[in-house]
Parts: sequence; C-alpha cells; structure tokens
Amino acid sequence: MGFHITDMQLNVLFQTWQTNYHIYAPRNFSGGGRFSDTDCIRYGKIEHADEIVFDKKSDYSFKEVLTPVSQTLFFFTEGQTKEADFPQKGAVIFLRSCDLYALKRLDDMYLHNSPADYYYQHLRDNIKIVLMGCEHSFENCFCVSMGTNVSTKYDMSIDRQPDGTYLVDCKDEAWVKQLVQAGCEQQEVIPAHVTENQVTVQVPENLTAEVAKSTMWEEYNSRCINCGRCNFVCPTCTCFTMQDLFYSENGKVGERRRIWASCMVDGFTDVAGGGSYRKKNGERMRFKVLHKVLDYKQRNGYHMCVGCGRCDDICPEYISFSGCINKLQSAMTEVTEQ
Amino acid sequence: MMKNDYIPFPSKILEVIRHTKIEYTFRMEFQGDVKPGQFFEVSIPKYGEAPISVSGIGDNFVDLTIRRVGKVTNEVFEHYVGDTLLLRGPYGNGFDVSDYAGKDIIVMAGGTGLSPVRGVVDYFFNHPEQRGHMTLIAGFKTSHDILFRNDLKLWKKNMDIILTVDCAEEDVACHVGLVTQYIPQIKLDNVQNTVAVVVGPPAMMRFSVQGLLDIGLPEENVWISQERKMCCGLGKCGHCKIGDTYVCLDGPVFNYTKGKFLVD
Repeated sequence: MGFHITDMQLNVLFQTWQTNYHIYAPRNFSGGGRFSDTDCIRYGKIEHADEIVFDKKSDYSFKEVLTPVSQTLFFFTEGQTKEADFPQKGAVIFLRSCDLYALKRLDDMYLHNSPADYYYQHLRDNIKIVLMGCEHSFENCFCVSMGTNVSTKYDMSIDRQPDGTYLVDCKDEAWVKQLVQAGCEQQEVIPAHVTENQVTVQVPENLTAEVAKSTMWEEYNSRCINCGRCNFVCPTCTCFTMQDLFYSENGKVGERRRIWASCMVDGFTDVAGGGSYRKKNGERMRFKVLHKVLDYKQRNGYHMCVGCGRCDDICPEYISFSGCINKLQSAMTEVTEQ
Repeated sequence: MMKNDYIPFPSKILEVIRHTKIEYTFRMEFQGDVKPGQFFEVSIPKYGEAPISVSGIGDNFVDLTIRRVGKVTNEVFEHYVGDTLLLRGPYGNGFDVSDYAGKDIIVMAGGTGLSPVRGVVDYFFNHPEQRGHMTLIAGFKTSHDILFRNDLKLWKKNMDIILTVDCAEEDVACHVGLVTQYIPQIKLDNVQNTVAVVVGPPAMMRFSVQGLLDIGLPEENVWISQERKMCCGLGKCGHCKIGDTYVCLDGPVFNYTKGKFLVD
C-alpha cells in the first residue's frame, strides 16, 4: 500500500522499528574517504531519516550487515569452545534494486551451495528490506543490462521527494497498519527505477571458459595492482578466510573469526608447502570476471554480477569491469578462430 | 536447531606413525562414515585450520598423514599419543571403490599423493577378488621421502609395485626416475577395462594422465584428486573454486572427463 509521508511520520516509524531492529543505511562518514578531506558513503547504523544518503551511490554495499568484514564464529577457552552470541536485534536494511538482487546471490552462496551457513542464516532470518528508489542512474551503473533495475521483493520502498517528504510503498502488514493509524496520506506509489544507464554491457551468448586463452587478459598483468578493492566493494563477493586470534601469550583463550578475502590479493590460493595458483594479475582478473558473468551462471542459472558498477568506481587503476565484459565477444572470436 | 558446522570436535591421537622426518601419520579417534580421498579440517587454536586427506580408515579411527610444511602442521607435530586435536569433517566426495570394482587398476601417486589413495589401494589389497590386475607406481623425491614403507612391502604380495625416486644419492632398492617413465612397464590386458587413479603434484598429474591416455586408456577411466586451499570445506569460502566447481564439494576426486576442464 502506497503512502505520502512526512519526515516526522517517517521518524516515528523509525522509532518503533528500533525496539526490535537496528536500522542500517548508506550514510556519510565525514573524512572517511580514501583521500584526505574526502568522505566515504558506506553502511552504518542510523536513527533518523536525514542521516540516509539518497542522492549518491554508496561506495561499499550493504553486505557487511549480513557478512561482517570480520565475524567471530566462536571462542576458545582452553578445552572448550563457545559459540559467539548473535546480535540481540534484527536489521532493517535500506538498499537499492541492484543490491536487493545481490542479496539473492548471497542467499544462494551461503544458504544453498551445500549446507546452509549457520551464522548467515541467523542474521538473514531477522532482516527487513527497504528498497531505495533510483531516480536516475549513477556513474558506471549498468543494472539495466544485468536485469537488476526493477525490484519487487521488499518490505517497504522509499523515495525522497524534493520537498523533503517521502513516497513509500509498504508491504509489511504491521507497518501498513501503523502508517494508516498515524493518518498518513494514501496514494499509489511505484518505486523510482531507472530504465537506462549510460553504460551498457553485452555478455556474449557463446561465452565459454575457452576465453581464458585469449590475450585480452594480459593487459591486466601490468595494469591491475591486485589491491582487491573491487572484491570488497562488490555486493556479491562472498569469499572469506578463517583466522585465529588470541588474547594472551599463553595461547589458551582466543577466538576463531572469518574475515573477508579477495581472489585478487596474494595468498588467496596458497597451499601449505609453497604451491599457489593464478600468480598473474591477469589470471586473477579472468577468474573474477568469469565468475561474475560465466561460471556462477553455470552453477546457479543466472549471472552473479548485478551491475552496480562499484568496482569501476573504486579501482585506483581505472580498470573498467563493464569495459572488460564488453571485450569478451572479440576475445571469444579470437580463441575460436585459432 | 541448526547445526553449526564450523565448531570442531576434539579427537584423541591414538598412534603416531613416523614415515620421514617431516611426514607422520596421526591415527585419530573417529567413528562415522568416511571414504578414502575425503578430508578433514584439522585445527589447533591460535594456529588455524588445515585440510588433511584421509589416508586410512578403521572401525574407530581415521589416519591423517601430515607433512610438516605450514603453520598449523608444524604445531600438529608438537602433539603426541594421548593428546587431542580438533577436527571438522569429513568433507569432499572421496574415492568410490565401486567405480573400480571388477577392473584392472593402475594407481599412480607422487609424494604425499599416496595418502589419499592409500585407502583405495588397501581396500583392493584386502579384496583382490573384487578386481583384476593391479599396479601401483609410487614416486618420491628421494629414498628418505618414501611413505608407507611397510604397506608397500605388504601390498607386493598381490599387486605390482613400482617404487621410484627422482634422484638416488646412494644405493637404493628401488627404481630411479619419474613415475611417467614406468608407464610402459604396466601389464596391460584390455585398456577399456582398465581404470587409473592419479594423485600428486600438478605437473606429475598432468604428465601421468597424458601418459595413460597415450597408452590407450579412455578419459572416463581416469580419476584424479586435486589439492587446493580449502578454508571452510563447506562450499562457502571460495578459496578452492575453479570455474564453476568447488573442489571441497564437487571434489577433490574428479573423473578426468570433468577434471580436464578445470582451469585455475
């Protein structure tokens, strides 16, 4: 059900949510950018609507709410292990259409690729989704090409209007009741969404792993500096590494964590004894790109990449992921004509 | 209540069998279904976890043959009989002995690659009626690196064993040279009814499989086992992924018709 609500009405709704939920939304971290005197927009807890950044793309995705950068799994205390506690409250997450599609990919990775992940499942079971409409496309976005520009699976949608009021489409029954009781103005609402982006990509129909033999990957050997930022901003990258941490030098009390990992960074494939795979950055780029637009689909039936373009926004070497996808067609021609 | 797969269980070390200076077999208390070629995550708090393949299976134990080459395995070697290690698993598909039943069998193993296939060799040593002719070619760097010496002696009773070392620094009672050069010595009857299992370092597997295909074995009769970094064993952490394949879930054992498409 659609409503046109005021800033105050929204904040009242926020207050009631906070009894059982933390609210996570893209917010501005002043001075938190990668260069001096620049800001960073990433996910954090908010209390009021005016903390949410509506007019820019967030540099990092929502995924850290469900898959924290560093997540304690359990504690060691001499011979015993004790599972880490879960947050007392659930999470209301504000995200855009591309990220809502990314959530499906996280679900398929953590819940359906073999046994469901204990920790992810717990956090996932207790979230609500608020879809932030996109009035216009941002730089480097290519959601339309990836088919992720329109979402319907949300608990509520929200679009901030120029006058500071909000249009919301609410599906959560309890919230609808609350908005009706508060006397909010009802009207038909369709969440804002883009229908075209400046950037478009075409994943070749005939794409196969044979494309690994193309010379197109060599460019990245020197251009890519394997910093892994593309993985960390990506809403669909899920890899992690186990890490033990101990509090005292006697080594009897500590914890096991999992921390974000990157297939671009050294050490990702290292096996004991010195073996490693994909030593060149071009090979790592190929591994990542083909995961996003080829082999994930072979396993799950749809592409992993959601076209948010954050990898292009963040790359310090100006490597364009969408540009890379668009080179695949001629690379396929190259390898099939050999 | 959902099961937390990440919490390891304690397992007592029942016996330690020393093969070389840096390779011991730890016989660990374990009851449950397990197949040769599967692996456990062995962990020591503070040092982390390491995937170790099963090298032997008994009623109340599994053997884990561990090479002392990393942070975790170094620490494992500080433990002895009566101590406890933490385990998770078993993970992976493992070898299905039924795939090889009734056939002539070739096993080629390089170095610690003998560990994951030891269970297969042992099974067919104890059940010679379930197979045809059997050949094991086991290669090690030097005579000091030879694993499972007692087994190799025992297995000789009902199968051909070709034991070889890459380089001999003294008079050794075995062949010298790479495993691949002994492929022509394999007694072959009907290649269509011959299966092969190849496990070892990547280059050894590549050339060995090629050698077997060259003597006429069909691709679908060849199995390999891949070593990768497996952090979780549960198809989540991504470290062992190759293309659309998760080595920890879909492997580590692959029929070559599938394994040949795995490009890192």
